[in-house]
Amino acid sequence: MKRAQLVAGLVLVALIVITAVVSVFWTPFDPIRVVPSERLLPPGWPHVLGTDGFGIDILSRLMVGARTTLVVGIISVGLAVLIGVPLGMLAGQAGGWLDEVVMRAADVVYALPALLLAILLAAVFGASTVTAMVAIGVATIPAVARVARAGTKQVMAADFVLAARVAGTSRWGVAGRHVLPNIAPVIGVQASVGFALAILAEAALSYLGLGTPRPTPTWGNMLRDAQQYLFVMPIQTVWPGLAIALAVLGFNLLGDGLRDYLDPRLRELP
Amino acid sequence: MDDLYRAEALSRRFSHGQRQVLAVDTVDLVVPRGGRLGIVGESGSGKSTLVRMLAALDRPTSGRIWFDQHEITGLRERDLGFLRASVQMVFQDPLSSLNPRMRVGDIITEPLRSRLVRRQLDDGISADRRLAEVLDAVGLPADSADRFPHEFSGGQRQRIAIARALAPRPEVLIADEPVSALDVSVRAQVLNLLADLARESGLTLIVVSHDLLVVRHLCDHLAVMKNGSIVESGPTAEVYADPQQDYTRALLAAVPRIQTHRSS
Repeated sequence: MKRAQLVAGLVLVALIVITAVVSVFWTPFDPIRVVPSERLLPPGWPHVLGTDGFGIDILSRLMVGARTTLVVGIISVGLAVLIGVPLGMLAGQAGGWLDEVVMRAADVVYALPALLLAILLAAVFGASTVTAMVAIGVATIPAVARVARAGTKQVMAADFVLAARVAGTSRWGVAGRHVLPNIAPVIGVQASVGFALAILAEAALSYLGLGTPRPTPTWGNMLRDAQQYLFVMPIQTVWPGLAIALAVLGFNLLGDGLRDYLDPRLRELP
Repeated sequence: MDDLYRAEALSRRFSHGQRQVLAVDTVDLVVPRGGRLGIVGESGSGKSTLVRMLAALDRPTSGRIWFDQHEITGLRERDLGFLRASVQMVFQDPLSSLNPRMRVGDIITEPLRSRLVRRQLDDGISADRRLAEVLDAVGLPADSADRFPHEFSGGQRQRIAIARALAPRPEVLIADEPVSALDVSVRAQVLNLLADLARESGLTLIVVSHDLLVVRHLCDHLAVMKNGSIVESGPTAEVYADPQQDYTRALLAAVPRIQTHRSS
């Protein structure tokens, strides 16, 4: 059962990764070039999923969209982990006023909606993939920092940290050898969940025109395009919606499955 | 015998908001080199706090501690190398005192890999050889090194913790309730192991326990703690034979005795 979760998550994520990689070298049709004569074709052959309002093959755009989704997810979650984990560990290990300062700062960022940040960045620098990634990444930092801090506090209360101090292990040694390996699973789970949320956020931002602009395809701006033809060709909204849902599901399953797999105490269980 | 540990007017106060708790209240303590001191008392009597200060894991609110003629109170962590190399600890619950994500070999050699400790060890102990030695000394199979703590039983885990404590060839072993978390059936084995190790390597032993039988088994001197103070101390046999305090008598009376009835 546990294994099934991990496998299902891995399969979905692998599907997205493979699609994204393949799209770099090959797509059935040009995902950018407008073909007025082939507008709004229903699913069939050769356009398996049909064409959009510009006459572009939807499957091709969906494949390239997977790429954007992955890049945004990796960069924004990576940013959040690289900044959030050290901050959370610092707060958890140091305690006292440093803990207060770091966590109150995290609260402030947490209180600031990612959407507002995205609008702000888009207004200053112009909406782009980069502003979306930065906005999502910064918005994800507090959640990661909190999980890292809570995990660190828990580890620091264990006797093996006292034993490490008796053994003369430095703060850095405790952080690297004892805290990080023990909080890695929860960070991994949080990163996976964060990835799923980043995919949703990216789709929302693109849908609102605050993320990756046309003509670069993303699942969010495909949804926005399809919306105009909701009554003419409703099936068009299904494809990017389905892609978003499967990606979110995949990363959530992967996160849960990973947590169970990484825990050596649970690994022995059938 | 010279004094290895000396503590003067040691106090430790904990503040929980408005409430203040005096966990250790002006305790004086002397542990001679090679001595085996037992600290007994009910839970909350401050015995764990006391030994944590001796191991420099906690700082006293007031008072001073000397180890081997060096004052350790107020020293920064990086200046405590001499203490870290000579004083090792065994904790109550091996489930909590062993990092579940480290292999037993890495756990045991952790004190040997610390720069702070290594600087103090002049003979440059080879970690691998020492690992094999201490595994053997505590009676664990040599292939234990590559396994994880959760693959061992409670008694074996405590042996791992003892092996880690022995690795840097310490002078002092502080054991905080070393068998309380263990099954009754393996307590005697672990106690005997500690007694043998202390005798063979001339360890100075400080044992904290709420269980008088444990202390009686391991220690030549006894200190009875109550509400943060030492209310009675002396050679184990004397305190046993002639307790001066009601509290000590009450503790002694709480020890279950096995009576054998022989009908002839």
